[in-house]
Amino acid sequence: MSFAWTIVAFVVVLAICWRFLGAYMVTVFNGRSTWLSFVERPLYRLLKVDPESEQSWQRYAVSVTMFTGVALLFGYGIFRLQGHLPFNPQHFGAVREDTAWNTVVSFVTNTNWQAYSGETTMSYLSQMGVLALQNFLSAAVGIAVAVALIRGFARRGSKTIGNFWVDFVRSNLYVLLPIAFVAAIVFIGQGALETLSGPAHVHNALTGVDQTLPRGPIASQEVIKQLGTNGGGFFNANGAGPFENPSGLTNFLSIILILCIPVALTYTFGKMVFSVRQGVAILAVMTVLFGGWLTMATVAEHQGNPAVAAAGVTEQPTGNMEGKETRFGAPSSALYNITSTQTSTGSVDSAADSYTAIGGGAMLTGMMLGEVSPGGVGTGLYGILLFAVITVFIGGLMVGRTPEYLGKKIQAREVKLAALGVLVMPITVLVLTAIAVSVHAGRVGPLNAGPHGFSEILYAYTSQTNNNGSGFGGLSANTPFYNITGTIGLLLGRFGMIIPVLALAGSLAAKQVVPASLGTFRTDKPMFAVLLLGIVLIVGALTFFPAVSLGPIVEQFSGGRLF
Amino acid sequence: MPDNEILEMNRSQPQAQHTGGGQGPHGVLNKRSLFDGAILRQATIDAFRKLDPRVQLKNPVMFVVLIGTVVTLIESVAHSSAFAWAVFVWLLLTVLFANFAEAMAEGRGKAQADTLRKTREHTDARRLDAGGAEHRVPAADLAVGDLVVCEAGDVIPSDGEITEGVASIDESAITGESAPVIREAGSDRSAVTGGTKVLSDRILVRISAEPGQTFLDRMINLVEGAKRQKTPNEVALTILLAALTIIFVPVVVVLQPFGIFAGASVSVIVLVALIVCLIPTTIGALLSAIGIAGMDRLVQRNVLAMSGRAVEAAGDVQTLLLDKTGTITMGNRMASTFYPVGGSSEQDLADAAQLASLADETPEGRSIVVLAKQEYGLRERELGPGHVFVPFSATTRMSGLDADGRQIRKGAADAVKRWVTEQGGSAPGELDQIVERVARAGSTPLVVSDGARVLGVVELKDVVKQGITERFEQLRSIGIRTVMITGDNPLTAAAIAQEAGVDDYLAEATPEAKLQLIKKEQEGGKLVAMTGDGTNDAPALAQADVGVAMNMGTTAAKEAGNMVDLDSNPTKLIDVVEIGKQLLITRGALTTFSIANDVAKYFAIIPALFVSTYPQLHKLNIMGLHSPQSAVLSAVIFNALVIIALIPLALRGVRFRPSSASAILRRNVLIYGLGGLIAPFIFIKLIDLILTAIGAF
Repeated sequence: MSFAWTIVAFVVVLAICWRFLGAYMVTVFNGRSTWLSFVERPLYRLLKVDPESEQSWQRYAVSVTMFTGVALLFGYGIFRLQGHLPFNPQHFGAVREDTAWNTVVSFVTNTNWQAYSGETTMSYLSQMGVLALQNFLSAAVGIAVAVALIRGFARRGSKTIGNFWVDFVRSNLYVLLPIAFVAAIVFIGQGALETLSGPAHVHNALTGVDQTLPRGPIASQEVIKQLGTNGGGFFNANGAGPFENPSGLTNFLSIILILCIPVALTYTFGKMVFSVRQGVAILAVMTVLFGGWLTMATVAEHQGNPAVAAAGVTEQPTGNMEGKETRFGAPSSALYNITSTQTSTGSVDSAADSYTAIGGGAMLTGMMLGEVSPGGVGTGLYGILLFAVITVFIGGLMVGRTPEYLGKKIQAREVKLAALGVLVMPITVLVLTAIAVSVHAGRVGPLNAGPHGFSEILYAYTSQTNNNGSGFGGLSANTPFYNITGTIGLLLGRFGMIIPVLALAGSLAAKQVVPASLGTFRTDKPMFAVLLLGIVLIVGALTFFPAVSLGPIVEQFSGGRLF
Repeated sequence: MPDNEILEMNRSQPQAQHTGGGQGPHGVLNKRSLFDGAILRQATIDAFRKLDPRVQLKNPVMFVVLIGTVVTLIESVAHSSAFAWAVFVWLLLTVLFANFAEAMAEGRGKAQADTLRKTREHTDARRLDAGGAEHRVPAADLAVGDLVVCEAGDVIPSDGEITEGVASIDESAITGESAPVIREAGSDRSAVTGGTKVLSDRILVRISAEPGQTFLDRMINLVEGAKRQKTPNEVALTILLAALTIIFVPVVVVLQPFGIFAGASVSVIVLVALIVCLIPTTIGALLSAIGIAGMDRLVQRNVLAMSGRAVEAAGDVQTLLLDKTGTITMGNRMASTFYPVGGSSEQDLADAAQLASLADETPEGRSIVVLAKQEYGLRERELGPGHVFVPFSATTRMSGLDADGRQIRKGAADAVKRWVTEQGGSAPGELDQIVERVARAGSTPLVVSDGARVLGVVELKDVVKQGITERFEQLRSIGIRTVMITGDNPLTAAAIAQEAGVDDYLAEATPEAKLQLIKKEQEGGKLVAMTGDGTNDAPALAQADVGVAMNMGTTAAKEAGNMVDLDSNPTKLIDVVEIGKQLLITRGALTTFSIANDVAKYFAIIPALFVSTYPQLHKLNIMGLHSPQSAVLSAVIFNALVIIALIPLALRGVRFRPSSASAILRRNVLIYGLGGLIAPFIFIKLIDLILTAIGAF
């Protein structure tokens, strides 16, 4: 299949997901979908939750935090005790404290930053009982928070924004599990591994070398890692390895799985605020950003490697193939990696470190925009809605009315919360990077010198704070310094946004609606989309331009010169 | 409608009639130009006074600039260079320019307040004690409830109600309108304002305001902006600007370690310059000036807003309640057509109607005389001796003339019909139809008879003000619904509503119905504005989000509203809405401009910062600026000068042309967004060229 046809198929399938999965999620979060209630009800009894009772934003936030706390302790416990627990065919010992802590935080925050190599560190129990499980649960938390914010816009004069436990259970049960189940079967059919029988020992008759090939329950984890925009692979090689990503179809399907929920949530949003056009405006901005960054990376990778060119090779017909699977080729790899970095997934099917300056820069800067194009499950939607609030504020003033979004007045409190939610990420990334380049423990991390080394560090914190989890490579990140500082980024990036978002949801839900008139700043029109796009770009550019100019930009202008 | 109601209306007509919604008479409050010499001088001095850090702390953006200036000063002293000192001077100028902008906005208000204060000073009161004896006391000693005497030539010492007498009063000190007004005990016009002057007669006034709380005192405070509080949108914007300031501090500070990692030494001066250029100094410097100037624009139109909140609310208004009389219609009904009946000619009818109206001094009566003259060339004529004018009375509800044996009458249809029947005549059948038709069109039918014969009907039309229909059209285009309030019956109201082009009307309106209407609109989330003058308007004025009380109205009305129109011109409500919108638009436009500016500044300063370490970054110097130092200085100079350049815009406000939100937005995004993106590239390059040309680098 040529790349052009891939793109066509990609757009068509996503359009179908947008319309139907989006509409389905409306029924899920309105409580109208009940086909799994025979599982759902007992779950509520088990959790001692009254599904009819609603929560204020504060109680919703406490529930999210409590749940996260328990998940962290549980996961940390299993990592540390895995040597004494079952499903450990390779007899791995306890995961080191800082690695265990960083990893559990990373998976609970839907980041899946992996400082370790999965196949040589984690038992099957850790892979299934912590990593794969958290892939479901952390994704559900993201969706729940997004739904709570949507309710904030949709409700009038309401003290409550829904019930976290209900949203959380329904996200898992009605959305993530059924899709993951079907997709896993397809993956297994294509050749992805799914076994509990431990590694295979093979003897290579040609070389005479004995090899141990790690195996495991891979397909089931692989699918949710994409669907939940988590990204943490079973293997270190992630989507580049054939056991995780066996064929062109699974490669394509992975991309669809990553994008389907974030994209469909814009329909859900529109429908729940009674105007699908509002969701279309948001989706349009996401699409333009995604398309722009994809073009940037694809064109850059197509040009070939400047270092190779500098070495006298005049033609690179297949583009920059360093660090890429020949099975996928440069453009498809760029599509996969851009998809994964723009969705806070972070899985990769090619080595980011080996991309051209612009290609790698596209992955880096895509994350720096705050993971809103279309971003992670739930997180992307609530992220862009924060930008939308700021856009509406500035744009609304320009039409001479107290700004309002979906009829809700945007006042001091909303501006404060939106600004907080938007600014936590860049401040955290920049400060952590500054610390890393200033201390010895940080400076020894990067493999490369000069701007590329700087990019490696900057990428690590950008990825973790945006809860993306992709690794640029080249950075020796599994050290106490990087694990601890990374964890700070992970937590601030997640909760520095979730708490303001929930507070915003609460504040909006309590408001009455101002009826729209000709004097209203329309948020379902191209002009709003253009402004929102401008605000996302300008906030990203203003905060990261100096840092990026010291990394990818210098490198690009150096024409392949290494430092 | 019977004549007595017409007369009733005449009595309650505003003394000052204004057509259209334009500027009121120019009075004490608006004699100074935007850039008066005295204000410029004072503002320059104040710009330095405001360097006080305690003043600066109120504005987080400019406070950061001030700190940056101090840091640059220390650096300049420690490592003296021409470049360092130049940056210091321009940063200091940035702060001074911001202070200057605010001082300029305050300046005019202060000057106006000084003028008003002169009115207040040296007023003595003639207080009556319980026994009725008169004592001269200073106005400041008057308490609520005191009785004072005011005679021709006296300045009324404080606000109060006339308890006895009637007087003509010169209110020009407050309103700027020099034509005297009549104030009378026991009427809706019994309120007098301290500082105004009695021109004739003698009145007794019961004082209703504490010293220091009079209307004049409040006016001085408002005009001066002494107790200016930030409005809700201003607070929200300040938060956004603070956030944009806070984010740029780490963005720039981390460049020091980043630079060291890259092997570059980054100068503190350049980092400070970068912070100052990036934080939204343009809007930060002009924000308070915009707010003060917005209030000032209202004052220039002789409207006093009791709070900035009310001005902002005016921009949000979605429903305007407008009184028919005085706002939509001229208030006076004018004769427009003669309809003869029963075979009489138009000429006969016009002649009789004119005769019957010769002694009628009401505007309606005069309009009949004029119409007959214009249409039929009938001049006023000499009447023979023995003629008797029959004045209007509430019992007959007719007026007319008995002369030369003729008994001419004009009046309400039923009254004239009865009169004719009594004379032995009868009304022709078509009369009722015509009367009905005229009434349905929103006009008042007057029937004219001569002896026992009905001659016909004179249509008295409620004349809709010129240009008002276009005004409503504009309001509709900016999403504002207009509702006409009238005491007329629904039939008449509907006809006038249609002619004037209002969206809705409230007929046979009572104060309660008005209040209910406001509450109903507000329940739907709409903001409502209205004008009112009578005491029975007070509850509605208080309930409305924007309540503009007429200055000639009662004290109760003035207390209830959140604005007072000194010209008592209800049409001005529309101006108030526009000023409110303009205020918000100006803030939004300059914020957009300020943020868009940053892109060019980055392209000036980032290459300058690191070009010595990474010469490749020279490619980012897309403006081709002469040297790193000239680039930084050019950006800083641009950043400072743009504040000065935009002061007139901040004070005058972005022009508001009524159109849909989408159209307004498109225009402003184009001018201030795209313009803000492009303009600094051009001007920074220009400044760089000038700096190079004069040999600074």
